[in-house]
Amino acid sequence: MELKGTRTIAAEPAAVWAALNDPEVLKACIPGCQTLEKTSDTSFEAMVKQKVGPVSATFHGVVELSDLNPPNSYRISGEGKGGAAGFAKGGATVSLSPVEGGTELAYDVDAKVGGKIAQLGARLIDGFAKKLADQFFETFQKVVEGGDEPEAPEGEAKPEKKSWLKRLTG
Amino acid sequence: MAKDSGIGASIKRREDVRFLTGAGNYTDDISIPGQLYCFFLRSTVAHGKLNGVDTAAAAKMPGVVRIFTGKDFEAVGGLPCGWLITSRDGTPMKEPKHPILASGKVRHVGDPIAAVVARSLAEARDAAEAIEVDIEELPAVIDMKAAVSGSAASVHDEAPDNICYDWGFVEENRDAVDAAIKGAHHVTTLDLTNQRLVANPMEPRVAVGDYNRASGESTLYTTSQNPHVIRLLMGAFVLGIPEHKLRVVAPDVGGGFGSKIFHYAEEAFCTFAAKAIGKPVKWTSDRSEAFLSDAQGRDHVTKIELALDQNGKFLAIRTNTLANMGAYLSTFSTSVPTWLHGTLMAGNYTTPLIYCNVKAVFTNTVPVDAYRGAGRPEATFQLERVIDKAAREMGIDPIELRRRNFVPADAFPYQTPVAVQYDVGNYQATMDKIVELADVAGFPARRAESAARGKLRGLGVNAYIEACGIAPSQLVGQLGARAGLYESATVRVNAAGGIVVMTGSHSHGQGHETTFPQVIAEMFGVSEDMVDIVHGDSARTPMGMGTYGSRSIAVGGSAMVRAAEKIISKAKKIASHLMEASAEDVEFKNGVFSVAGTDKTIDFASVALAAYVPHNYPLDQIEPGLEETAFYDPSNFTYPAGAYACEVEVDPETGVVEVKSFAAADDFGNVINPMIVEGQVHGGLAQGIGQALRENTVYGADGQLLTGSFMDYAMPRADDMPMFTVDHSCQTPCSHNPLGVKGCGEAGAIGSPPAVVNAVLDALNSGGIKVDHIDMPVSPARVWDAIQAAQH
Repeated sequence: MELKGTRTIAAEPAAVWAALNDPEVLKACIPGCQTLEKTSDTSFEAMVKQKVGPVSATFHGVVELSDLNPPNSYRISGEGKGGAAGFAKGGATVSLSPVEGGTELAYDVDAKVGGKIAQLGARLIDGFAKKLADQFFETFQKVVEGGDEPEAPEGEAKPEKKSWLKRLTG
Repeated sequence: MAKDSGIGASIKRREDVRFLTGAGNYTDDISIPGQLYCFFLRSTVAHGKLNGVDTAAAAKMPGVVRIFTGKDFEAVGGLPCGWLITSRDGTPMKEPKHPILASGKVRHVGDPIAAVVARSLAEARDAAEAIEVDIEELPAVIDMKAAVSGSAASVHDEAPDNICYDWGFVEENRDAVDAAIKGAHHVTTLDLTNQRLVANPMEPRVAVGDYNRASGESTLYTTSQNPHVIRLLMGAFVLGIPEHKLRVVAPDVGGGFGSKIFHYAEEAFCTFAAKAIGKPVKWTSDRSEAFLSDAQGRDHVTKIELALDQNGKFLAIRTNTLANMGAYLSTFSTSVPTWLHGTLMAGNYTTPLIYCNVKAVFTNTVPVDAYRGAGRPEATFQLERVIDKAAREMGIDPIELRRRNFVPADAFPYQTPVAVQYDVGNYQATMDKIVELADVAGFPARRAESAARGKLRGLGVNAYIEACGIAPSQLVGQLGARAGLYESATVRVNAAGGIVVMTGSHSHGQGHETTFPQVIAEMFGVSEDMVDIVHGDSARTPMGMGTYGSRSIAVGGSAMVRAAEKIISKAKKIASHLMEASAEDVEFKNGVFSVAGTDKTIDFASVALAAYVPHNYPLDQIEPGLEETAFYDPSNFTYPAGAYACEVEVDPETGVVEVKSFAAADDFGNVINPMIVEGQVHGGLAQGIGQALRENTVYGADGQLLTGSFMDYAMPRADDMPMFTVDHSCQTPCSHNPLGVKGCGEAGAIGSPPAVVNAVLDALNSGGIKVDHIDMPVSPARVWDAIQAAQH
C-alpha cells in the first residue's frame, strides 16, 4: 500500500530535521515502539508491538535512515520480523520545506506485510497503515511543537504528567 | 414399490452412525506412544533466494528433538508429477524439482523452509520462531499474463519464460479450425476467467509417520483419497522405500474434493523423519496452513470462439487458455488443463472442428491441481457460456440453440473430434426433463411477479457432459499418464457366510461402505448386514488407484463385481458337487443354488461353509476357500451428462443475486443408491453455486494470499442455496462396465456454474441492461459494477 500526506509544523526546518533524527523522538512517535537503540549514525534496532486485525505480534527489526539531505529530506525505512505472525516492512520519504508559519512536512509512505498478518488481516492493512502514519506524524508534530501531551500508546499506562519536550530533555 | 435392499435401494448410510456420533477414526485421532510433533516453518514471502537457514538457536529450545531443512532432503527425490504433457513442438513439459523442504529458493508464501520436530506442538512452534531465515526477496510472479510476457522474473530456471508447456489439441485440426472460423456466418467470442478455488475440506490434512525398527517397515497414516498411490509415489520416487516395507493408511477422511489425491511434502517428511529419529512424527495442518499448502483448483484464463452457420449449427470452436500451475507441479496438475479439459470441449454437441491451445504457467502461488470436476468444469463453463452469448447475439432461444446441436440419441457411439468416444447418451431427454422440472413454461409469470417487486428474474439453462470412470490405462498411457488407472477388489466369503470386500477405492464422504454392499447383496442374495467394506489401508487391500474423477463405482465397483462373479462361478462348482449335478445345470438366484429342472437346492451359506470345511468337496478340481481378487481396467471413460436450470433474482439497486431455484436432470446410467446419488449431486451443486457466486482466491501483487481465511474466502452457506430439485430418471446405462454405471460425484460442480451465471445475465439483459459477461464469483459488487457500466 502507498500513502501520501503533508502536515504543517510550527517550527523551523532545522528544528524539525533535528527531531527527525533524534532516536528518542522517533521512539516516542513510532506507534507501539518498545525500544529503539541507535546502532550507527543512520540505523537503529527497534522492537515494536502491534496488533493487526486478529494478529498481535512483537516485531524485531532494523530502522534505517538513508538518502540524507539535511535539512531537506531523508528516507526512513524499517523491516520487522514478527515470528509466526509474519513480517512488516516499509518506509517513508520525508521532505521538509519552509512555509509561512513553520515547516511543511511531506511524507510518502509505502508498507508491506507478509505471513499470517497478510493472510488474516490483509484487508485491514490500508486503514491500519494510515492510522499508524497519522499517529506517527501527529505525535511528531506535538513533540516538535511542544504542544499538548500526546495520548499514551495503546495498552500502556499513562506517562506521568510532564511535557514531551521536557521528558525528552530530561 | 421402492426396493429396501440391493441395487436401487435408498438405504441410509451406515457410516453416518459413526460419523454423527463422534466414533469416526480420523488421522488426527491416531496417536502412537512416543509420538513427536512437527511444525513447518513456511515462507512468508512469495519469491526469494534462500541464502541461509540458521537453526542453531532454535535447536537449543526446550523440547526440540531435531530440526530439518532443505539440506536434509538433498539426497532424496522431489515430489513427482504423475502426468507428462508434450508441447506442440514435441518437447516434454518443463518439470522442475519440487523439494520436500525449500532448497535454494522459496517460491510461494507457504513454501516449507524448515521443519521442527519436538515433544509437543507448542514447543515445535516456539522453536520455529527462533529459526533465522535469510531470504533475498525477488520480484513475485503472480498474474499469468504478466508471467508469460517475457519481462517477468522466472519462477524456475528450467522455465525462464514461466511456461511449463504449450499444448495444442487437436493439433492436426488447427488450420481447419482457423479456416472454419474465418469463413463462418457468425462468430461469438468470449474472454473469461475460471477463478482459483480453495478446496477447503472440513478436515484439514494430517500425516503421522511411524518406523518399526524391528521389521524395518515404515507406516504413514494420512488424509488421502488414494493411499496406494501415495505409497507408490512416495516409496518409489521420493524416499526409495520398497512397497513391502511401506504401508500407507488413510482411515476416515473428512472430505477431499480432489485436494487429497496428491502426494504432499508433509507426508514424505513425516515418514522420513520418523525413520531418521526413530520415533513417530505427527503433523496436523491448521486451517490457515491449509490455505497455503493444500493444492488449489481451477485458475484458467480463456478466450473461446464459437463459429456458427446461419441456422445456429456449431461449425468450430477455438480456445486459448492460460492455466496456472502455481509454484510447483502438483501430482496431477499437468493433466487437468489438458486431457481432462480439451477432450471435453465437444460438450454434448456435434461441433466438427475443435482446437484448444493451453499454456501452463508457473507463478509464485500455491500449486494448482484437480478440484471437484478438474478440467471438466472449466470446459463446461466456457462452452455453455459462449453458447448462451451466441444465442443472445443471434436471437435464438438458448435451449433451442442447444437442441439444434445436440449429438442425436441415435448417433451413439459418437466419436468426438477431441479423441473421446461417447458410448451412450440422450441429451434431448435430459433437456426435456429439465424443461419440465424447472417449469420453464411458467417462467414468464414468475419473471413478471419479480418485476412487480422491482427485481430482475433470470433463467439459465445449460447442458453438461463429463468423462468419468477414470480411466482406460492404455489410452491414458499414450496420453502421458505415468500410472495405470485400473481398480482392484478382493471379495472374501468367510466360512460362516460373512463377506468382506477389500477395495482399492477410498471413501471420504461418498458412502462406499453402504453402496458397495448393496451390489454384493444383490449379486449374492444376502443381506447388506453380511457385507463389510475394507478400504484405505495398503496392507489390507490389494493395489488400488483410489477415488477421484467420479471413478469409484464405475471402476472400483466393476472390479468388485468381477471378483464376485469369480466367487459365484466357483461356488457353482462347489454347489454342483454338493448337489451331485453338472455345474452347467446349476443356477444361482436370490442366494440359492438350484439344479435346473429339479427341486434340489442349497443355500449360499452352506456352500461357503463347504469351501472352508472341505470334507465333501471336489479337492481334485478346485481349491478350498472362497476368496477372489479381480483387477478391472475400463475400456472407455464413462460419460455422465445432463441438463441444469437455475433461476435467480437480481436486485438492480444493489447487485445482490439470490438463487431462487435450481434443478438438475442427470443421466448417471444405473443408480445403486438414489439417496446417496442425490446427496452427491447436492454437494456438487453447493460447490458449483459457491464458485459462481461466492468463492475467490486473491493474491496481492506481492504474492501474499489475501483470502487466506474464512473471513475473506467466502464459502457458500446453507442460506445461499435454494431447495434443489434433483432427478436421475433419464438413464442410458454405460455400455462397457458390468453395472452400467457412470459416476455422480462431480456432476453438480461441473454443470452448475454456467447455469447460475447464464441466469444472472438473462436477468440483467431482460431488464435492458446489456451485459455480455461477468466473471465468477458473480458477487454483488461485480454485478453492480456491470450494471453501472452498462447504464453509463
